[in-house]
Amino acid sequence: MAKGTWVVIDQRDGKIRKVSLELISKACEFGDEVAAVIMGQGVEGLAAEAGKAGADKVYLVDDAKFAVYNTGAYAAQLAALAKKYEPATILFGHSAMGKDLAPRAAQKLDTGLVTDCTDVEASGGKLTFTRPIYAGKAFAKVSCAAVPAMATIRANIFDVAEAGKTPEVIKADVAVTDADLYQTIKEFIPTVSSRPELTEANYVVSGGRGAKGAEGFKLLEELADIFGAAVGASRAAIDSGWIDNQYQVGQTGKVVNPILYVAAGISGAIQHVAGMSSSKNIVSINKDPEAPIFAISDFGVVGDMFAVVPEMIKELKK
Amino acid sequence: MKIAVLAKQTFDTEAKITLKDGKVSEDGINLILNPYDEVAVEEALQIKEKQGGEVIVVTAGPEKTQDTLRQALAMGADKGVVVSADADADEYARAGILAKAVGGLGADLILCGHVAADDGSSQVPTRMAEILNLPHVNVVRKLELNGGVATCTRETDGGTEIIEVKLPAVITCQVGMNEPRYPSMKGIMQAKKKPVDKVAGEALANKTTVESLFIPPPKAAGKKIEGEAADVAAQLVNWLKNEARVVG
Ligand SMILES: Cc1cc2nc3c(=O)[nH]c(=O)nc-3n(C[C@H](O)[C@H](O)[C@H](O)COP(=O)(O)OP(=O)(O)OC[C@H]3O[C@@H](n4cnc5c(N)ncnc54)[C@H](O)[C@@H]3O)c2cc1C
Ligand SMILES: Nc1ncnc2c1ncn2[C@@H]1O[C@H](COP(=O)(O)O)[C@@H](O)[C@H]1O
Repeated sequence: MAKGTWVVIDQRDGKIRKVSLELISKACEFGDEVAAVIMGQGVEGLAAEAGKAGADKVYLVDDAKFAVYNTGAYAAQLAALAKKYEPATILFGHSAMGKDLAPRAAQKLDTGLVTDCTDVEASGGKLTFTRPIYAGKAFAKVSCAAVPAMATIRANIFDVAEAGKTPEVIKADVAVTDADLYQTIKEFIPTVSSRPELTEANYVVSGGRGAKGAEGFKLLEELADIFGAAVGASRAAIDSGWIDNQYQVGQTGKVVNPILYVAAGISGAIQHVAGMSSSKNIVSINKDPEAPIFAISDFGVVGDMFAVVPEMIKELKK
Repeated sequence: MKIAVLAKQTFDTEAKITLKDGKVSEDGINLILNPYDEVAVEEALQIKEKQGGEVIVVTAGPEKTQDTLRQALAMGADKGVVVSADADADEYARAGILAKAVGGLGADLILCGHVAADDGSSQVPTRMAEILNLPHVNVVRKLELNGGVATCTRETDGGTEIIEVKLPAVITCQVGMNEPRYPSMKGIMQAKKKPVDKVAGEALANKTTVESLFIPPPKAAGKKIEGEAADVAAQLVNWLKNEARVVG
């Protein structure tokens, strides 16, 4: 009989992504054993961190084959572990790794997968997942009777708890064949930025066509510095070449979920809103009192961002 | 080079979503080719133009999904395949159905969108790759083909990754990879005459169950103020500090 919830840890260079810890803490509410699956090289030390967030157990796979994430090795290993230890549920962050790994592993395990969830409820031994469809214009509640039930869940939805557990660590054998190593990772070019990553940031300052150019983004960066915020942009700003396309927020960009989202010179097109509407507090600055962004803003300022933002910076620095 | 492209019909991204009898209503909705699949079709055409070959577009769904294929054919794809599938088929069922259809084509490269704009699940191509026992690379922004090897540049968390896989492989495309062309008048005329195979998809049982759908309540708009810059900024910062309590 399958039991317990597994959280597959997303880590790079020995740093756990926050969403993995959020999910461990959330899984503790399900009332069943919680295990973290840690795959990597030289990652034994991460077990303690998983325990702190609430993991009772850690399945540890520490080998050179896992030094950098590659789909084939990770999916084969995870499927082998799941077949051996039979978890009832496997959760992933809806990160680049989760999105890539979960479907491949789900197919190996011949089971269902609910992706990009924004909530999960446990009742009567069954989990029901909530996920946006049509870019958040509607939501679906989905369950998975097949075992293990699998899901990827967005970052910044649940809190990391101080559970202070010392997990039992189970060292697992490597279950990867040469045929699984079908991806050769030639190079990883990290984004050099002192800012948090958009998808995990607590504060996001975004600019649109109203920022008028790279200069406008300089001003927004100055504001972002005060919050320790990530900088985002609308597609119009990206298409204009003022900022790199990795910073696009929206339906065809990144989905952000911060406690504060500042939209400056952004009209609030439906495709932009799809990427930021779940932000806990939305502040917008726009010249046009009729801009649709105001309809979803907690605090709207009708005005010129080139006048208002410098005053905001001054006021915040007080 | 034989290239298969998975193309899904989705709602126009501007569409207003309403529910009818517990399901998403299609009344008055403009159906389009999934924007990411458009990128995949364009990429396939550019490869064909460079090195020759054939582009086959495959879609799974009810009868009307054919319209989507016509758009891809009008852009320049050579041939279409429509596999019948239940409108409620989940990602597991759809991947199984599509794998069967694509597996028989003998394609060297299978291009897909990295996500469907409607269900937004990002599962089908990866599951299909697993069923076909092929490598895959997801969310690719740049693809280079050289001697049976695909070099893929993909955006991942915290950076850019360059990954090589051997062909045949499944690659999912991200916008920015190319600028999809508009079908020309001539293309639209020619598309009408291009062959479209109709295949019956096997009925695979779903693994997941949609229990219910709901439309989120509209967010109540908050304060909206106008005035002198220094004054509005002070009010805003006061709100951030004392009401939203998001800055110390
Ligand atoms: C399939 C598809 C996918 C898309 N995906 C995305 C996506 O992921 N993300 C995205 O953002 N867009 C996306 N778009 C584009 C989207 O439809 C809009 O075109 C885009 O979001 C507009 O960006 P914007 O608000 O910056 O520009 P605009 O709509 O031009 O708005 C600029 C705003 O700035 C204001 N303004 C001008 N000057 C100032 C000033 N000095 N101070 C203050 N305000 C000022 C104006 O009043 C206006 O409201 C997509 C479109 C399609 C068709
Ligand atoms: N019914 C379908 N017919 C054809 N292709 C599909 C279908 N469903 C999904 N796909 C492909 O899989 C990609 C990702 O879809 P999804 O996994 O549903 O987000 C799409 O961009 C298409 O390329």
